[in-house]
This record gives sequence, structure tokens and C-alpha cells, in this order.
Amino acid sequence: MTNSASADQAEQVAGVEVGEARITIPGMSEEGENLATAHEETEHTHGGLGESTVKAKTGGSRADRTTSLNVADFAVPTGREEEWRFSPLKKLGRVLSDAATQTPVTLKVRNLADGVTRGELAKAQSPRGTVFSAADRAAVVGYSQTAQADYISVAADTELSEPVFLDITGEAAGHRANGHLVLEAGAHSKAVFVMEHRGSADANLNVEVIVRDGADVTVVSLQRWDDDAVHVGQQDAEVGRDAKYKHVSVTLGGEVVRMNSNVRYAAEGAEASMYGLYFADAGQHLEHRSFVDHNSPRNTSNVLYKGALQGQDARTVWVGDVLIRKAAEGTDSYEKNQNLILSDGARADSIPNLEIETGLIEGAGHASSTGRFDENHLFYLMARGIPEKEARQLVVRGFLNEIVQAIGVESIEETVQQDLENELKIAGF
Amino acid sequence: MSTLAIKDLHVSIETEQGSKEILKGVTLTIKSGEIHAIMGPNGSGKSTLAATIAGHPRYKVTSGTIMLDDVDVLEMSVDERARAGLFLAMQYPVEVPGVTMTNFLRTAKTAIDGEAPKLRTWAKDVRGAMEKLKIDADFANRNVNEGFSGGEKKRVEILQMELFRPKFAVLDETDSGLDIDALRVVSDGVNRAHSENDMGTLLITHYTRILNYITPQFVHVFVDGRVAEQGGPELADELEANGYDRFLAPAQA
Repeated sequence: MTNSASADQAEQVAGVEVGEARITIPGMSEEGENLATAHEETEHTHGGLGESTVKAKTGGSRADRTTSLNVADFAVPTGREEEWRFSPLKKLGRVLSDAATQTPVTLKVRNLADGVTRGELAKAQSPRGTVFSAADRAAVVGYSQTAQADYISVAADTELSEPVFLDITGEAAGHRANGHLVLEAGAHSKAVFVMEHRGSADANLNVEVIVRDGADVTVVSLQRWDDDAVHVGQQDAEVGRDAKYKHVSVTLGGEVVRMNSNVRYAAEGAEASMYGLYFADAGQHLEHRSFVDHNSPRNTSNVLYKGALQGQDARTVWVGDVLIRKAAEGTDSYEKNQNLILSDGARADSIPNLEIETGLIEGAGHASSTGRFDENHLFYLMARGIPEKEARQLVVRGFLNEIVQAIGVESIEETVQQDLENELKIAGF
Repeated sequence: MSTLAIKDLHVSIETEQGSKEILKGVTLTIKSGEIHAIMGPNGSGKSTLAATIAGHPRYKVTSGTIMLDDVDVLEMSVDERARAGLFLAMQYPVEVPGVTMTNFLRTAKTAIDGEAPKLRTWAKDVRGAMEKLKIDADFANRNVNEGFSGGEKKRVEILQMELFRPKFAVLDETDSGLDIDALRVVSDGVNRAHSENDMGTLLITHYTRILNYITPQFVHVFVDGRVAEQGGPELADELEANGYDRFLAPAQA
């Protein structure tokens, strides 16, 4: 059996070579004038398994995508739309309808320290809606059906020594639950928010993160739903001048999870990173979409999502959009997705989209690989006396561990590691 | 005292054009404490021999035998061979993401010895061996071979060889790409393992340079998948002076 299908990508986008290497732009002038938005279609499949598709641009700039807070601006998707073509719309129908909450999810906030306040925000009440703008049907109906948003605010100059834990629990399987959460970190504050989703619901939950100037914010979103939960959500952040934002999404539970994690910048000098870890078992559909909007100059971004799949019809999707707008000179950005297929019958789609509208950048790269175990890793470890089973365990744990380490909250890292151990037992690792 | 005996070994690989025979009947016997150099031009099958001894799945043995004392090596899996006392220092060691050197070395040592090494002495052994090979202490916390330079990877191969104490080591062009300081450090490591553990060594090299630091008792010249000539260290001197031309000319005629 040949089962190595990994291939790091280096693709051409509008004459701009992107990939592992730093950017080189043939024939670019200093002004960066003759570089248009990429629009041509360069879809291709690679890897020996027929299980992975990687594409560059798919036509239509991310910059042209509708964002709005009006339900009327988004039709119910048919499945032919670019942003919906991988999603199981039958199962998602219940969270795409413009319907009210039947049984709300409960939110329990722990570790509300001095300088942290909890409140509620009505629809037009600032800062709600100042950062968030729905980018698809799911997000807009969730927003519009939530009259009162939950609001956690950290005062300026407050440095929290402990994370703020937000335990979000679905109380009734198959019952619609809409929600909107606003997290605001004041200027030069430092905070870690850990959202942990458990239980079951047809959950449509949006999150809006406001990172003021000089703040340092980590948002961890753990999806540990029961097997029958459905979860759609858009988690938007705007990162202020010289601020730092880290978003970590860990999706292990739920029947269908479709998460959009987005970042844009308020000014210059900011650093954003988005990490993701997902583990899909038989019948699960776990979809993650990230979008970094380099809308202003001299900011950096780094996106790394890793996934493992096992079992019949285990399905994952990652779509990573990076848009470097004309104004975003001095941008440094990188995105990567890697998937490890542990058994037959699983399918991972991985699509990095990189659009560059200015040549005056520090760097832009993307990479994607999907495959089985790297046989060379196994051979190396086994040639040192390590039995095959143990060698596989080492390789797969090493692969996933990179993201676990990015969480940075020890108690959470331990429970995620334990969950991964339980997942790996299923496939005999 | 152990013996590694290779007898009339024929090895093929699968290519897009079909099966291709690389080794065409190799016979070699190495005893504990002996150092054998295998020299030869590129493509003569030297590395194929190394990979076949280690059990790389790409290489198919079509006939012949490899015996470690009275045990059939070809019947063993890759990891069983390593546990039986065979070690291959690879020409291109791979990077293993997310697995730290510390974890890897302890796991391998445990597998080879059949029991976990004593924590305190093991840490000391590793530190000591790293110092002798001039490997920075910080490498222990890094992932296996990740971001190491070519020379660093080769030193880490020799580190493993010293820590795992194999009966026989095959060094597959370990000297390639090393500067003179690194070559000396690596050679010292091989000579230590040889004198301390009575290790038998199969030193595969393209150049005679490393033979200034490691003295073989036997030199075998590989040409076109066979041993074309055997001799003592003087054969290496002759190759140094005349190159491989006299072996290649008749092969092409």
C-alpha cells in the first residue's frame, strides 16, 4: 500500500509565486501597480488518494463578498454557492432558518476578576455590531434572532492572571439556540477567554472580539459537543494598533460544526494568529473557515490548522482566505493546513486562497498537505528499534501536539490531550 | 563475538519501467570489532546495501541471505533488526515534527534494551555523549532533526549509535557534506563505539577522506552491484591516487 499523499503547495496566483518560499513577484515595479486582484481559476487535485483537493483562487474576490446585518441580504443557500458547496445543507437547514430560539444555551462565566464586567447589549447598542458583520446566511440569522447579546469587558490596563472561562451548554438536542457574545479587551489589557461548548443544541452562536490598542488577547473556542449537536458560528475580531490576538479553535464533538474565524485590523503594528485543531470520527462533518483581512499596513498574520480523520464518512473542510489589500503595504502573512487521514473512508478538503493586491509586502505564503502517515517518519523511528504501533503513536501525537501547545492554558491543554488520547484509541493508536 | 554474514545478495527496486536489479550478488562477512570500508562510484549500490540491511520496504531481496549469527535478518521487521543490534546511520535523516529528541532517544533506548533506562544515569549519559559530539544541549528539547543543519543531523546519528550500542553499525555516507571539524568529531564517535563496545562497522563512503580518521582493516570496492575488488587499507590508498577509472572502464566495454 502506498499511502503517502502529502505535498506542500507552491502555486501561482496572478503571476505571484506563493508557497513555502517567501514571495517573489516577477516584473513588479516599486509602486506595485501592475498587480491585479487574482481571479483566474486554477483548481487542481493532487495526492494519490483522491481524498484531497487544494485550489488557489476559485473566482470572485473575497473583497467582494457581501457582509451585512440584514437577513434580507442573504438568500437561503442552495449548496452551489462557493461558501456552502462543502457543507451538508440538509443537516444545517435548522440553523439557517430565520427562526427564534427554542431553548437557549446557558452561559456560565467563571473567574470574573476585578476589572472584568459582564453585561448585555441590545442589537444597536455599541460596541455590539461595531466589529461583527455577518458574512453568510447562518451568521445573519443568528445575529438578528439574538435580542440581547452577552457582553464581557476587560477594563483598559487590566492584566488578568487567570483565564476567563465561558462554559456554554446546549440544553436540548434539536432545539434552536441563537446567541451573540461580545468580548472587549480595553487598551493595553491582557486577557485569555476560554469558551467551552458542551451538551447539544442546534446552535447558531456568533462571537465578536474587540481588541483595543496594545491589548493582548487569546480566545480559545472548544467544541466538545455531544454527538447530535449542530453548531454554526462566526467569530470576528478586530485587532487594534500594536495589539496581539490569538484565536485557537479546537473541534472534537458535534455532528456538524461549521466555524468561521475572521480577523481584520484597526490600524498598524498588530499581530494575529489563528490556530485550529479538529478530529473527525465516522459521520462527523467539521468545517473551519478562516479569513484574514489585511486591510491596513504593516500587520502580521499566521494561520495554522491541523486535522485528523478516522472512520467512514468522517469529513473535514478547511478554507483559509487571506486578502492583502492594496493599502496593506508591509504585510507579513502565512497560512497552512495539514490533515492526517488515519483510516479509509474519510475525506478532507483543504483550500488556501491567497489574494494579493500590492507587491509591497514582507511576505505571503501558504501550504497545504493531506495524507496518510509519512512512511519515512515511520521507517526512521522503527530503524531505531521502536515498534510500528508505537512509532505511529509518536508520529500522530507529535502532529497534533503542535496546536495543543498553542492553547497556552495548561488545564485546557491537559483535557484536550486526554480527549485526543480517547479519539486515538478508536482507531487503535 | 558476533558475525554479520551477507551471502550472494540480490536486491531489486520497483521503478516505473518495471523491476530493476541493483545488487547482483554481494557477499561480505563482518565480525565484531572489524571495520570494513565499502567504496565505489555513485550508483554502484552502496546505499542500497545499507538500506537493505536495515529493512527499508523499497528494496526487495530476490535471493541470497543476511544472517546475524544464526538469526535470519531478512525474516525480521525493521524494528526487530534494530533491537537485534543493527544500526543504520542514515545519509538523509528525516525530520519528525512534534517529537522531541529527549522523548525519541528514551523511547528508542527503552525499545532496544527491553526496559526503560534509569532516569538519572540516562540523562547524564545523553548529556555526556552530546558534549563529546559537540552537540548543543538545547538540541535535546528540539524536535527530531527539525531545523538541524546537514552536519548536525549526522552528529545526531552518531549520538544515537553511541547511546544505543549496536553490535553492527552501517554508516551510509556519514562523511558526505561534513567540514573537517565535524568529520573529526564524527570519526572520534565511531572509534569510541568501536573500542568501547567492540562494534563491527560497515563504513560506506564515496571519498577516502574519512579513512584518515577511521582505519579499516578491509576495503571492498563496489562496482555495478557487485564487489569488484577487496583488499586491505592499501586499496584505499590506491583509489585515492587513481580513482575508480580502472574499475569503470572494463564495466563499460
